[in-house]
Amino acid sequence: MSSSLYEARMRRLRFVVWTFRGSASGLLGLALVAAFLLLAAFGPMIAPYPADATGAMHLAQRLQPPSAAHWFGTDEMGCDILSRVVIGTRTSLWVGLVITAVASLIGVPLGIAAGYLGGAPRAVIMRVTDVFLSVPGLVLALAIVSALGPGVMHGVVALSLVWWPGYVRLIEAKALTLRSEPYVEAARTMGAGHAWVLVRHILPNCVSPLIVKASMDMGLAILAVASLGFIGLGARPPAPEWGAMVSVARSYMPDWWWYSFFPGLFIFLTVLGFNLFGDGLRDMLDPRSARS
Amino acid sequence: MLRWVAARLALLGLMLGGLVVITFVVSNITPSDPAALAAGPDATRDMIETVRREYGLDRPLPEQFLRYVTDLAQFRMGRAVQTGNQVSDDLARYFPATMELVLLATLLSVLLGVPLGILGAVRRNRALDHAIRILAVSGVALPAFWAALLLQLVFAVHLGWLPTSGQLSVATAPPMPISGMILLDALIAGELGVFREAWSYAVLPAFVLALPSIAAIVRVCRAEMIEVLGADHVTAARAHGVSGGRVVFWLALKNAMLPTLAMIGLRLGWTLGSSFLVETVFDWPGIGLYAVSSAIASDFKPVMGVTLCIGVTFMLSNLLIDLAYGWLDPRTRSA
Amino acid sequence: MALLDIHDFRLAFDGYDGRVQVLNGIDLSVAAGEAVGIVGETGCGKSVLARSILRLNPSPPARVISGGIAFDGQDVFAMREARLRELRGAGIGMVFQDPATYLNPVFSIGSQMADVLRAHGLRGREAIRARSLELLDAMRLPDPAGLLSRYPHELSGGMRQRVLIAQALAANPRLLLADEPTTALDVTVQGQILALIRDLVARLGLTLVLISHDLGVIGATCRRIVVMYAGTIVEDAPAEALFAAPRHPYTRGLLAAVPDLERPGAMPVGIPGQIPSLRDPPPGCRFHPRCAAATSRCRVEAPKLTGDQHRTACHLVTS
Repeated sequence: MSSSLYEARMRRLRFVVWTFRGSASGLLGLALVAAFLLLAAFGPMIAPYPADATGAMHLAQRLQPPSAAHWFGTDEMGCDILSRVVIGTRTSLWVGLVITAVASLIGVPLGIAAGYLGGAPRAVIMRVTDVFLSVPGLVLALAIVSALGPGVMHGVVALSLVWWPGYVRLIEAKALTLRSEPYVEAARTMGAGHAWVLVRHILPNCVSPLIVKASMDMGLAILAVASLGFIGLGARPPAPEWGAMVSVARSYMPDWWWYSFFPGLFIFLTVLGFNLFGDGLRDMLDPRSARS
Repeated sequence: MLRWVAARLALLGLMLGGLVVITFVVSNITPSDPAALAAGPDATRDMIETVRREYGLDRPLPEQFLRYVTDLAQFRMGRAVQTGNQVSDDLARYFPATMELVLLATLLSVLLGVPLGILGAVRRNRALDHAIRILAVSGVALPAFWAALLLQLVFAVHLGWLPTSGQLSVATAPPMPISGMILLDALIAGELGVFREAWSYAVLPAFVLALPSIAAIVRVCRAEMIEVLGADHVTAARAHGVSGGRVVFWLALKNAMLPTLAMIGLRLGWTLGSSFLVETVFDWPGIGLYAVSSAIASDFKPVMGVTLCIGVTFMLSNLLIDLAYGWLDPRTRSA
Repeated sequence: MALLDIHDFRLAFDGYDGRVQVLNGIDLSVAAGEAVGIVGETGCGKSVLARSILRLNPSPPARVISGGIAFDGQDVFAMREARLRELRGAGIGMVFQDPATYLNPVFSIGSQMADVLRAHGLRGREAIRARSLELLDAMRLPDPAGLLSRYPHELSGGMRQRVLIAQALAANPRLLLADEPTTALDVTVQGQILALIRDLVARLGLTLVLISHDLGVIGATCRRIVVMYAGTIVEDAPAEALFAAPRHPYTRGLLAAVPDLERPGAMPVGIPGQIPSLRDPPPGCRFHPRCAAATSRCRVEAPKLTGDQHRTACHLVTS
């Protein structure tokens, strides 16, 4: 490797590390996301009372405050809240993943098609996208879930249907600017076909904004599912879904406040983690938009 | 200018049409029998069949759609099983309360968010800025219902400073309904005592609803201010001897308000869309609470009505935001 | 006494890659009434120097290592806020390079003129409007009244630059500091703006410090030329002396690089090599890697500016 190329790469590396190190929040986000993933992976092994997550009943211990035996206290069935929250991490993880994955699988191709092809396809795709975006997402999701009936699956379907337009908007804008880049024009004049240009030039440049949006969306999707769960349209008991837990806990406020505090805290920390992580990623991947 | 407004209104009509289609599709994807749902839980088979014929649910879909559209044009959205009223009547009754909450929340988010954003930009990377940034990031991640419960617990239950729920005490007579918004009506009628009481009921739900918007506005305002303060024309103004205060609060801020305004518009949609969470916790009698109680009872005509109502409100407010944007940025005017 | 006195001024920027020594010991005195041109390639520090005179470099990351700048006997870096604001505009008026970015896009021309006037004590709408019109008229702008309500994006580049000059002169400064005032303009407009500057300097009795990378621009407006290279002054002489008998090898290289209209077909000669990295500058004389006459002393010891009327920083020049 020539010395100037090496130097250039070392400078870039120093810059990236300096940015990320100066971004304590990005590191905090990484830590929170890592903790979340660990809990989701090893939940049943870590939880002190795993059976409590699937509908055990210990009515003698109901509604106990936090103690050494039950760090987060117990709920109205006597179940350990800590165990339920930890095992509920799995639900949140797959829910977030599915919504984000489905939304991007639908949204990204549509966005690329709209941005790259332009003309009539773009008009149609963007108009449909705009219609979906004319209503706040959570409201439309509420409407869909009310039609389909309660349950986590229905919530996931509803939210996926509501989430994809955001990806279309993001990718379309990116593909549109990329299409008029000089190197794309150059490739086309040299005889490159559409597929080649898409794979080689357009797609790779869409990856970084996509990754940033997807990481932030993980947190937001989990929050949305929890919100639907809170109003009673989410998981059915005794499933340990965080939002549903807060919903039930509400009836036990204010005396047994810990019941709604801890599941909500986990939702908060999870969303915070993904937000900070996404921010840190954005600062790293696109230094021009580094805002500090 | 007028032409631009007319074009936007036409586009709005198109969007509305699309929304109507979507709500129609959604109401027809229900796995259960819509006629059975409409007839209610105690209906007999004959009653269900009568309902089916009455609502035209046995006709082919395109015909049902046509009927749906013509009904909507006359503001006929069906009957709510829960309240027994026409959905349109219920919407008219509950909508002002939601608007009151949303407008109050938006006002709070601007009054708190913009100054904090400016502060963060001017005191960049010092302790105050770090604190502001942590608050800003937490605000967006905060689950609205959780924050609502906690704040309700602290301020209403433990400290007793504020009431726990509702819009006004049952003992107090509401003011003459002119706009439907109690705060505004009390002001118009000069009933300051009622106003103060209504304010104490509204401040907690509005603040909770405003939190994510405050956070988002702080972030974008701060980022934009930092960028503008580094811009060439700001250097030029300083070079000409313009004072620091005027540079920040007038010359720079007007530039930074453009994307901030865009964010305010974006958050308005989110605020409208998640008001139902706050309304549920605080028993605030708005269309969000109305939609939630209907949804739980599988009564989805009200939910569709609320969806359309919120959709229209959202589209109109976006139009207003665009107009404000045009006023702030002279470059878009001549474009 | 000099109007503007820069003494052994050293300035550095702290960045992610370490400290960059942008200005490395600038010694420059400008007397009242002089027309001085500072010429140098991109990256030699001339714009940073200009901003330093008005303390416009944001202080982290910029850091004054040593030395100072004094205007009319007062230390610019020791000035209090109010005095500094007075200096900016009423003492020294600064004109910038690209009028597109140096005018606030969301305010009208009239509003931006008013800002400057009000900052220096003018009050009353009528008085401000009258003075704004007077200034715009002096800039030979057509329809000054209509201009007041227009926005920067509606004006051409030349018109915008005239507005910038009007702003710089609004508070009757004694010194006009122009940083690449014509670089962003079309060639035809450049000539008009330079003529305008010359005319204003003569009429208003201004001291002029003009910065450019273009020797032609400098030659047309300035009586004294200062040549900068990599953060240092390498030569400082009256214009005729510099053009007739340049002493520093870099100056000679610059002049040789200008195409000669009297001998068409003769190729201009470039200076071999590149400007040095200011993060890791060469030891000794900063020009020595590109200098054909470099000696071992040049590689080790940085030369100082010596001389009286015609100063040079080169070991090979004995005055």
